[in-house]
Amino acid sequence: MANVFKSLSERILVLDGAMGTMLQQYGFEEADFRGDRFADWPVSLKGNNDLLSITQPEALRKVHEAYLKAGADIIETNTFSGTRIAMADYKMEELAYEINLAAAKVAREAADNISKTTPDKPRFVAGSMGPTNKTASLSPDVEDPGFRGVSFEELRVSYKEQAEGLLDGGADILMVETIFDTLNAKAALYAIEEVKEERGIDVPIMVSGTITDASGRTLSGQTAEAFLISVSHIPLLSIGFNCALGAKQLQPYLEVLARRSDSAISAHPNAGLPNAFGEYDETPEQMAAQIKVFMEKGLVNIIGGCCGTTPDHIKAIAEVAAQFQPRPLAQTV
Amino acid sequence: MSTSAADIKTQDSGRYLKLSGLEPLVVRPDSNFINVGERTNVAGSRKFLRLIKEQKYTEALEVARHQVEGGAQIIDVNMDDGLIDGKKAMVRFLHLLVAEPDIARVPIMIDSSKWEIIEAGLQVVQGKCVVNSISLKEGEEEFIRQAKSIRRYGAAVIVMAFDEVGQADSLERRIEIAKRSYDILVNKVKFPPEDIIFDLNVFPVATGMDEHKNNAVDFIEGTRWVKNNLPHCSVSGGVSNVSFSFRGNDTVREAMHSVFLYHAIQAGMNIGIVNPAMLEIYDDIPTELLEHVEDVILNRREDATERLLELAESVQGSRKREAVSEAWREETLQDRITRALVKGIDKYIVADVEEARQAVDQPIEVIEGHLMTGMNVVGDLFGSGKMFLPQVVKSARVMKKAVAYLTPFIEDSKANNASGSAGKILLATVKGDVHDIGKNIVSVVLACNNYEIVDLGVMVPPEKILAAAREEQVDMVGLSGLITPSLDEMVFLAKEMQRQEFDIPILIGGATTSKAHTAVKIDPEYVSAVVHVNDASRAVTVVGELMKDDESAAYKAGLKSDYENFREKFLARAVKKEYLSYTDAVANKLQLDWNENTIRKPNELGVQVLADLDIEKVIPYIDWSPFFRSWDLHGRYPNILEDKLVGKQAQELFSDAQKMLNKISAESWLQLKAIFGLFSANSIGDDIELKTEEGKAIFRTLRQQGKKKAGVPNLALADFIAPKASGIQDYMGCFCVSAGFGADEKAAEFNEALDDYNAILIKALADRLAEASAEYLHKQVRTEHWGYASDENLNNEELIKESYTGIRPAPGYPACPDHLEKQTIWEVLDVEKKIGVKLTESLAMWPAASVSGYYFAHPESKYFGLGKIKEDQLKEYTSRKGIPLEEARKWLGPNLVDSS
Repeated sequence: MANVFKSLSERILVLDGAMGTMLQQYGFEEADFRGDRFADWPVSLKGNNDLLSITQPEALRKVHEAYLKAGADIIETNTFSGTRIAMADYKMEELAYEINLAAAKVAREAADNISKTTPDKPRFVAGSMGPTNKTASLSPDVEDPGFRGVSFEELRVSYKEQAEGLLDGGADILMVETIFDTLNAKAALYAIEEVKEERGIDVPIMVSGTITDASGRTLSGQTAEAFLISVSHIPLLSIGFNCALGAKQLQPYLEVLARRSDSAISAHPNAGLPNAFGEYDETPEQMAAQIKVFMEKGLVNIIGGCCGTTPDHIKAIAEVAAQFQPRPLAQTV
Repeated sequence: MSTSAADIKTQDSGRYLKLSGLEPLVVRPDSNFINVGERTNVAGSRKFLRLIKEQKYTEALEVARHQVEGGAQIIDVNMDDGLIDGKKAMVRFLHLLVAEPDIARVPIMIDSSKWEIIEAGLQVVQGKCVVNSISLKEGEEEFIRQAKSIRRYGAAVIVMAFDEVGQADSLERRIEIAKRSYDILVNKVKFPPEDIIFDLNVFPVATGMDEHKNNAVDFIEGTRWVKNNLPHCSVSGGVSNVSFSFRGNDTVREAMHSVFLYHAIQAGMNIGIVNPAMLEIYDDIPTELLEHVEDVILNRREDATERLLELAESVQGSRKREAVSEAWREETLQDRITRALVKGIDKYIVADVEEARQAVDQPIEVIEGHLMTGMNVVGDLFGSGKMFLPQVVKSARVMKKAVAYLTPFIEDSKANNASGSAGKILLATVKGDVHDIGKNIVSVVLACNNYEIVDLGVMVPPEKILAAAREEQVDMVGLSGLITPSLDEMVFLAKEMQRQEFDIPILIGGATTSKAHTAVKIDPEYVSAVVHVNDASRAVTVVGELMKDDESAAYKAGLKSDYENFREKFLARAVKKEYLSYTDAVANKLQLDWNENTIRKPNELGVQVLADLDIEKVIPYIDWSPFFRSWDLHGRYPNILEDKLVGKQAQELFSDAQKMLNKISAESWLQLKAIFGLFSANSIGDDIELKTEEGKAIFRTLRQQGKKKAGVPNLALADFIAPKASGIQDYMGCFCVSAGFGADEKAAEFNEALDDYNAILIKALADRLAEASAEYLHKQVRTEHWGYASDENLNNEELIKESYTGIRPAPGYPACPDHLEKQTIWEVLDVEKKIGVKLTESLAMWPAASVSGYYFAHPESKYFGLGKIKEDQLKEYTSRKGIPLEEARKWLGPNLVDSS
């Protein structure tokens, strides 16, 4: 397998763009989500994008291919909500492992096919591990601020299963992303460390948080630097931010990370802020221009897109990234 | 390549101890001494122990807050006491503590001698903590196991100078144990040395025992050795131990702490558990006392202890300073209430609210005045990013406490009829959306403000929301959603609420919602108030305004005009979807290559009536999946019959349906009627001219006007028929089928027999039979009466998927939304007279289980959606059709651009 650390020292790596935005374009209906296998599932499955890895693998493969062709070095698996905890909304807890396995396989195949044609530019698969829909640090009940909707242990077990599925399906990297509660992320990292130890392997880990609003903090209240410190106990391939904000708004927080971390720095912002109708309308050119500023300041090593970004955005970003040297990495200790 | 990032990096990414609460704490060589608050320790504070034992957690939190406000940079939490469940108390206290942003901004030291308590604590704190402590006391194996686990939880660790033999009580033993622990941690566990903090045991001096005289010196020298020989690590200790023998004489103790710290810090101690209230400023210590204390700490004289004891008698000091942090209590009443709300301090709120109540005429004025003023400050701070969510939730709690106190007074007040609850609010995340964090927060914040919340949860279908709103008689409905499709769902709900004549306000919230969307898409659909509420703290204000008896009408009117203004400005500014002029749309019509060979003349031209369709022939064409769906059984037929969860019910229902179908057939409960006609036809512009027996009839069709991509035509149904000008004779058809005759009567019979189940079943089956009849008839037409697809061989599933050639679009549906065109079908076929299906005033068909439409046979014909049309086409269309413009506008309203 090609070495992502080597690629990272050579150039700015490009991460893919939004999966949801692309899948939405297929206009899948309830029946498409269900496929034959889940035709009789007792609850509505429309909107369970992670399930499409099983029921619509061809569509998924096409999205991956589009991003790879646009120049992505790293593609993310379609497993943002692929934890037992998040799947409970669809009564699909028992399918969590399989969903991750299937998604990683599709991504693996797509990446390998393209890698063959560009041997000087190996492509990598990052297994996406989203935040789940529960928070371990916040009470959903103000009557009792000491109440919690989910425990560390539940998160750990759930993330471990996801990590195992992703690795079994062929993910090169595990990416704990869109972190709005650092305690959830710590449970994910704990689980990954367990898997690494049990299997006697090392896996590069990407960590990406989310700054949710003007306060410059995560939803669970941490500043960018506090977040960095809270997840730095695990050797990381990269740390960064994604989602919630556009590239422009993200910049001050990336600067904090770039100054204070020895890891590679990643960013995958949204295509601007959502407009009044919930659409992201920053064009590829606008976004690339903003991202160029990151490069000029030497802020990033890995760059991609989150909500609202398309292969056109990634292509524009890749073109910019190719013109710059990556942020220099400290000799790892 | 630019400079900054790389250069600064070298300064900042050194191997320093870095901890975090909500904010970072980086311990650099030049950092000041890090002060650990020790009062939240049941072993160190009798008051704290009592509070925990009595489960007075709110007051226990005040102890923590006091520490942080007093300057503690880390707080030590310890629950080791024989009489309390330490693990439970640790988790409970930390859960509460992390919800207090004022306290949780600092890192937490999880302090216990029991591993299970430490681990439970590590599992509930998001920041990087310090574990206090581990040691070699239980041997190397356990030491390594614990260190590894701490590493995995992402915490730093205090290592006690303790081993299998015992506690280090000399300089040599301190050095020996520290070196051994360090080597194991750094080399075997790969623990980062900067995350190691040694506690080298602070023991008392001046005890009167000779072997204790050098305790402070040994600690200080041990510290110096560790800092010089074990790179990157820190040294800590519990300072108050050193003065143990002077309990009761705080003046001396405070001086001893300062002196000890002064020298230990110079030797390299950089962290300490210190009670800041028990610390004199080194420079403020009177010279004589300083000298005597230093003699003791540094073991400079044989008689140091005796001399200090002597001096101590005379300096039995007077207690000074009360907490500076209470100064805000001196401020004005409103400032105190505002501060309590902003800071989330509920300690004095009842007293303050009582004071406010005394000052006003009606107790309600305290809520509307003092408390709302404070909450508005909270809202503003939150909106501008100066407060964040957990703080707001905290503020809400203080508010709730205040309101709870006032409620009995408000109820007693005769002038006010307010009930216990300030209002009842329904909250729901709309259909198809599972995100509920935001909604839950609004829910708790409102609940805190004394509103009764009816929370329907997530993925709530509109009918359930409306039913609950009615049943619970709520005062307003709050809709939440995060994903984009939820926006449409909200619009739909507003329309439904309008249709069902609700007049309670609607609140709109969630990440993708916006004032613009609310103003442009939702507000116009609903006559009563619609408000976009972008955060939880604003929700309180908005709901409060909406609930005011006397002023809400003005507030609502203000909202309406505000949204209307906003909408106008927005629309004026917005980039509109581009539409072609009708002329240009016609120019971009679908150009089919007309050729006599592709057109098949129907075998049987003219109108035919099938007065009694054979139900047995129709039954195989039933699409059963929608039938199950109408009974809330989801899944595709036939697999649904084998479904684990609903399979049994589905089978029962299906079996009942089969039985009823048999009766319908055998006892002729329902009559299936059909009429259709096939005619010579040609298009003239966007009209289709038919030659009927009576003469001519014209179907009017509408053309898409949305701007298309290059090469994509603007369609009208007329495009599928050969133009008259081509000279080629083409054909089309139309039809009506019904399976509803007898259904209402039969349903009424069942109802009379109080058999709702069968009453619904017969109607559901009639609907299915009508659809099946249309499918069956279409097939007969394709293969026989018209015959253009005589070799067609499709199974039922393919029929459902519409795999056949040709289409049967129905007036009122997307390709031809004009319901008025049904009238033309009725005239052409003489539907009512021949088979009895009527059109109601609103152009619905009766019996309800009926289907009507057109037949187009061209292989290129396909279903499409008209989309929106412009005024120019509307005018043109009405003049062709010969009806008043306003009538057309009424029927085609939803299809008009700028229909508002």
